[in-house]
Amino acid sequence: MRLALRLLRELVGLFVDDGGLALIVLGVVALTAVLAHSAPTAGVATGGFLLLGCVAALAESVLRAGRR
Amino acid sequence: MWSGHAAAFVTAFLASLVEAVEAFTIMLAAATIRGWRPALLGGVAGLAFLTFLCIALGPMLESVPLHLLQLAIGVLLLLFGLRWLRKAVLRGAGLLPLHDEVRIFASETAALRTLEKHRGGTDWLAGSVAFKAVVLEGLEVVFIVLAVGAGRGLLPPAASGAVAACLAVAAVGFFVHRPLSQVPENAIKFTVGVILSAFGIFWTGEGLGIAWPGSDAAIPVFALVLACAAGALMPALRNRSGRPGG
Repeated sequence: MRLALRLLRELVGLFVDDGGLALIVLGVVALTAVLAHSAPTAGVATGGFLLLGCVAALAESVLRAGRR
Repeated sequence: MWSGHAAAFVTAFLASLVEAVEAFTIMLAAATIRGWRPALLGGVAGLAFLTFLCIALGPMLESVPLHLLQLAIGVLLLLFGLRWLRKAVLRGAGLLPLHDEVRIFASETAALRTLEKHRGGTDWLAGSVAFKAVVLEGLEVVFIVLAVGAGRGLLPPAASGAVAACLAVAAVGFFVHRPLSQVPENAIKFTVGVILSAFGIFWTGEGLGIAWPGSDAAIPVFALVLACAAGALMPALRNRSGRPGG
């Protein structure tokens, strides 16, 4: 049971280290989904938003860690 | 096609190398306390458990619609890759200590010796420590292989890359018999973080119906953008904190 709980914790830990980073990335993906469905022809712009959104999320996370 | 195979092999190899080195350090600590037999038995049991998980869960992936699979894998890759990249940037800027296999080996050995004094039954203890190390680090390897290979028919090269990394670590570890502290863990983590995040952006976009210009050829462009951005963040952080960095 303890091993199963630890496995579950490790499994979540694989993807979430800084909760803020994970939330922003999920937000960027959700906004990209909205953009992709509302303007299906603007593929490159929507893709660019996803790429730059992820870069911004990374920058925000490391700069926040740097301020601590 | 072959570039896709090579990318899957190299990505899985590098990522698995990091995980295999970490698992080896803990197995070595267990072997130092009680010899290789219980450590190897624990390690083999861990591998058997992971194999069982793959056999049990693998076929379920085939029943998931392709777009949903691409989106799920893409998002998980993004979370996983950016997490590695963040850690590598913070370590590179000197804000987090570098991963030190020698220190981890010493602390694992000390913890095992303490448990040995209090509990006895050390063969079982060493075996279970090795089992947990292989299962916990192996889970990451399984995810990376599935994420890099599933949905594009690249599971064989990705799995081969992971197996090759594990065999390489086992072979080198067998000869040197000490923690593999010379592996440039942070540089590998940075590289793999960039590659996995680039794959994550590609798959997430595909899952959302975005038609990337040049299809797969967009992945190296994403990797370049991410590498430049992450590379620029390191000196910026170092200047802010006034630390020399690693």
